[in-house]
Amino acid sequence: MDKILGLPELASKHGVDVDRFIIYIHYLMIALFIGWTAYFLYAIWRFRSSRHPKADYVGVTSHASSYLELAVAAVEILLLVGFAIPMWAKVVDQGELDVSKAQLIRVTAQQFAWSGRYPGPDGKFGKQDIKLAAPSNKLGLWQMDDKLKKEDPDGKDDVVLADSVEIVAPVDTDVIVSLSSLDVIHSFKVPAMRMTHDAIPGMRIPVHFHPTKTGTFQINCAQLCGVGHSTMKSTFKVVSTNEFEVWLKSKAGSAPVNFE
Amino acid sequence: MSATTHAGQLHDVHQVEHHHELNFWQKYIFSTDHKIIGIQYGFMALLFLFFGFCLMLMMRWSIAFPDKPIPVVGGLLQWVLGKEAVPNGTMGPDLYNSFGAMHGTIMVFLAIVPLAFAAFGNYVVPLQIGAPDMAFPRVNMASFDCFFLGGVVMFSSFFIPGGAAKSGWTSYSPLATLAERTYLVNGQTFWIIGMVLLITSSLLGAVNFIATIIQLRAPGMTWMRLPFFCWAQFVTAFLLLLAFPPLEAAGVMQLMDNLAGTSFFLPSGLMVAGTTPIPISGGGSPLLWQHLFWFLGHPEVYVLILPGMGVVAEVIANNTRKPLWGYKSLVYSVLAIGFISFIVWAHHMYLTGMGTKISTFFQTTTMIISIPSVIILTCLFISLWGGSIRFNTQMLFALAFLPMFGIGGLTGLPLGFNFSDLHLHDTYYVIAHFHYVVAPGTIFALFAGIYHWFPKITGRLMNETLGRVHFWLSLIFMNAVFQPMFQQGMAGMIRRMYNGGATYAATPTESGLSPHILGLNKYVSMAAWFLCLAQLPFIINFFWTLWRGKKTPENPWHATTVEWDTPTPPPHGNFSRPVQIHRGPYEYSVPGHSADFTMQTQPEKGAKH
Amino acid sequence: MEIPYVVKARPDTGLFNAKVGIWLFLASEVMLFGALFSAYILLRVGADPGSWPQGLLNVPIGTFNTTVLISSSVTVVLSWAALKMGRFNTYRKYQAITILCALGFLGIKSFEYRDKWTHYEIWKTDGTRVTGHIEGSPYFWNTATLTKKKLDQIMFAPDARHYNDPPAEHHVEAHAKHEFAPVKTSDIKRLSAFVPSHSTFFAIYFTLTALHGLHVLAGALVIAYIWGPGARMWKTDPERYTNRVEVSGLFWHFVDLVWIFLFPVLYLL
Ligand code: HEA
Ligand code: HEA
Ligand code: CUA
Ligand SMILES: [Cu+2]
Repeated sequence: MDKILGLPELASKHGVDVDRFIIYIHYLMIALFIGWTAYFLYAIWRFRSSRHPKADYVGVTSHASSYLELAVAAVEILLLVGFAIPMWAKVVDQGELDVSKAQLIRVTAQQFAWSGRYPGPDGKFGKQDIKLAAPSNKLGLWQMDDKLKKEDPDGKDDVVLADSVEIVAPVDTDVIVSLSSLDVIHSFKVPAMRMTHDAIPGMRIPVHFHPTKTGTFQINCAQLCGVGHSTMKSTFKVVSTNEFEVWLKSKAGSAPVNFE
Repeated sequence: MSATTHAGQLHDVHQVEHHHELNFWQKYIFSTDHKIIGIQYGFMALLFLFFGFCLMLMMRWSIAFPDKPIPVVGGLLQWVLGKEAVPNGTMGPDLYNSFGAMHGTIMVFLAIVPLAFAAFGNYVVPLQIGAPDMAFPRVNMASFDCFFLGGVVMFSSFFIPGGAAKSGWTSYSPLATLAERTYLVNGQTFWIIGMVLLITSSLLGAVNFIATIIQLRAPGMTWMRLPFFCWAQFVTAFLLLLAFPPLEAAGVMQLMDNLAGTSFFLPSGLMVAGTTPIPISGGGSPLLWQHLFWFLGHPEVYVLILPGMGVVAEVIANNTRKPLWGYKSLVYSVLAIGFISFIVWAHHMYLTGMGTKISTFFQTTTMIISIPSVIILTCLFISLWGGSIRFNTQMLFALAFLPMFGIGGLTGLPLGFNFSDLHLHDTYYVIAHFHYVVAPGTIFALFAGIYHWFPKITGRLMNETLGRVHFWLSLIFMNAVFQPMFQQGMAGMIRRMYNGGATYAATPTESGLSPHILGLNKYVSMAAWFLCLAQLPFIINFFWTLWRGKKTPENPWHATTVEWDTPTPPPHGNFSRPVQIHRGPYEYSVPGHSADFTMQTQPEKGAKH
Repeated sequence: MEIPYVVKARPDTGLFNAKVGIWLFLASEVMLFGALFSAYILLRVGADPGSWPQGLLNVPIGTFNTTVLISSSVTVVLSWAALKMGRFNTYRKYQAITILCALGFLGIKSFEYRDKWTHYEIWKTDGTRVTGHIEGSPYFWNTATLTKKKLDQIMFAPDARHYNDPPAEHHVEAHAKHEFAPVKTSDIKRLSAFVPSHSTFFAIYFTLTALHGLHVLAGALVIAYIWGPGARMWKTDPERYTNRVEVSGLFWHFVDLVWIFLFPVLYLL
């Protein structure tokens, strides 16, 4: 079925559920469509005026249609209560998630690029303050401010990637991506992860997923964001845990990148 | 059109007083007659429908062949809009965004709503309920004038420096405020002012429609004898009345953001293009705009469909020669849709950081609202059973509406669950979903309405052969345009890309859109251009009939509703004698009657009423 | 055929056409102001703690204006009642008061606006903020004005207390220290009068009150039209004329009602 629907490559844990759910709904839709279309074609063939010159004032008297409507409602309720709500809860709620073991990434969108930020070995992000925001320090990092630097030990080992450098994540690990934007609304979409979420200025929204395959995947921007919307592409690279460690180390200590 | 029957009017002092003083301007341009206003609306709306389509035909070129000069019209476009906007006759992303935003805006607010609600509603509703005019004829004219002005403002925005609005028909802030910063008064300003005018027009219209239906029903026209079309228009008017003002409020606030420098929808610390934060107070909320927009936006989509459903119900009853099945269920369902459509709006915002509780609420309401739609469709389907179906052009369009709306509606379901929306949001799947509802859905219903009421309006019958050619070609190409978009959306292709997704093509190292999916772009574009050609028979038919068409008797379709019991075309004041209603709207093939239709106005022989 | 129920009520609904029309129109107005009130709530709830300006509006003036508007509501009812009893002159007298009240309300409101537009706040580079007046009481200056006019400093008379500070223990008389002193442009990070772009509070304050003001103006114009040139109808069709007065009165009550919500929300909360 996923072949027929043409779902793209899948590389995340909850994505299996997403695909299965999409397939279930399409079963329902196709069944309804075929059933009704068959009825429809039969009815207009059988009751065409040349074959059935005198119409019947009363028409159908059975209650079959009410049962059918009830059945549709029942299936919808099943899909809603049985699948959509609990599964969504799993995607949104971080209850079952062991945050300490998860890989945190902060992704910031801007016209028209994505940039990533990692907390480094200590697992803590350095401080930010929009009052510091300036062309040379877009994120308003304390680390980039000569005076405040010292008061922000957590930020020392942070890894801040320049715009549009590929975002890397370890495989088989929960990944929590916190999304934000500097200017307009963008939308972080990684089709292979079955993940879409808006990046909204003034908000920081965490989403989480669990990559199950290594590889290079595309990051799309799904929300209209201006002239460069259609070219706002970046790369989401999933690598083995070891490779990830190495990569992170290679980036760490290189100190925050100056964007200029 | 002027060949009106005067005989009836002579009884009416009021009419005689005015009749001979009306000159061309009073009669056709500044008219207060609901029928003329309906025709004005209809004509403008058809032009805008065609214009919106033309925008899309050019955009489809850019999607299929990005950065290549547009053939045929590229030079013209460059000449009209200037070298900067259209370098070498190619469509850049900026122009694409403008055209996209305006395609959506024009189609929704300047084509379908005025055609389905204002034109058909104005012309048909007073006739169907046996009223001499709308309750407030002058308000009616004001409503059209606002619409006209709104249309002029929207249209002229293409030609101002910076071009038309380019932030989508949804005009999400902050983009709507930040997209065009060279010019203070820019396309977005025009968009908002145009919208405020169009909203005013709709509000005046809605007040008038509701008051008319409540107050001016002829004696004997009880609520349950109202044709379903009137019910649909009644609910539509309520949707417009109550859902539009919040968008008006939002529009005012966005205007303040753009012109007065406020921050209703702008959070603190916005930085555009890596410069210092822009000097605004901040503290606003981008999501506020979305809530206000979709609070209108969702009821609006039912505004687009309900009049269409009403037309289809009329045409089906008339051409199956039997009563609609489940008239009461139809009425209750349409009322239910009206109520529930106010509490589903956030299903457009599932992916803006919504918690489980709120999303559960909106998923549930979204599923609930699909039930009345299912009931309406079921009733229409079952109405076919036992009929004696006459396949004229309007019936073909009305019948095609059913499965087409079915596809559109059914594909709304995976979007309505946020778990599947996670993958489908903002892809071409959404585009395909709603176009199936509005294009082969509503547009077909409206075509059905045009073929059905054209004889009433003009006194001439449209050509059947041309009508059939128009129908079959439109059916084929509509599906050829929108079916592939489901595949593209499923594959993850996102909307609003001027290059049709070329950036996201798969590479040897990276998975992405396959050549097959991208190739569909060309195929869809071709189909869209052929769809345009398929409209030629209609346009020819339309004007030919106006000029030379066959004259029609008063009631060519042997219909039962009241509008067919007037002179054709109806004179100012509509009825030549007082109207008394004796029965429900769809008394076709009543057992014991010799004719297969019994009009609502026909007195019962020997029976008291 | 004539349009029925223009004057007489339709038996089954008990209403004449225009009354149905105005009620429907008011329903849409409720949605309009409802949306703006919701915006107010959302912005206020979403504001950083302690950043929402409070106590900047003049409560006594606001209260006075509220009474003015409420009185006009009373006179509208009285005038309609008089007309119902056929006392045209009494109607005119009462309705004249209504119109005067409306003009009074708008006059006071513009006075309040002017007051705000010449009252300034300065965000200094050292992080402190002061409110006060600039010498000569110019309108609508902002940070950009300073560069445009190439000013190195402005003469500024600070208020005793900034609106976000906790209230002072002893009530200092604000005007006692209201003296002009220079403030260097280089010390000013942001300068703004109390105009819509000052903050989301003023944005929503001005939007709501201006929109309401437009309604007052429109209502007053309609009432004045019916009172003046439109009064010819009293001779030809008194019943219809009375209906018109009633319908315009309904609109007027609505406009008052909106203010009754606006006043506490904006001035007191
Ligand atoms: C007329 C317009 C119209 C109508 C009627 C609908 C109807 C529905 N819509 Fe649609 N929708 C739009 C116009 C419309 N929509 C538009 C314009 C957008 C995009 C806006 C934008 O972002 O730009 C949109 C987007 C949209 C979204 C947001 C998607 C996203 O952005 O991610 C969602 C999500 O819930 C949704 C859901 C639904 C649902 C559940 C219905 C239900 O009401 C449907 C109920 C109907 C049925 C369930 C069919 C019943 C029929 C049968 C059972 C019989 C079948 C028979 C045969 C097939 C022969 N719609
Ligand atoms: C009611 C709404 C409506 C209608 C009818 C249509 C109709 C069509 N739309 Fe549109 N569309 C939207 C509303 C609508 N659209 C919206 C809201 C968007 C989103 C915009 C955004 O992203 O912000 C959109 C976006 C949209 C896109 C996606 C663009 C993108 O995301 O980049 C595409 C792509 O192909 C498209 C195509 C079409 C086509 C081919 C038609 C065709 O079906 C058109 C068919 C038209 C006709 C058949 C015309 C017939 C008229 C006549 C024959 C006139 C005769 C005249 C006289 C007699 C005087 N539309
Ligand atoms: Cu960023 Cu689209
Ligand atoms: Cu919706």
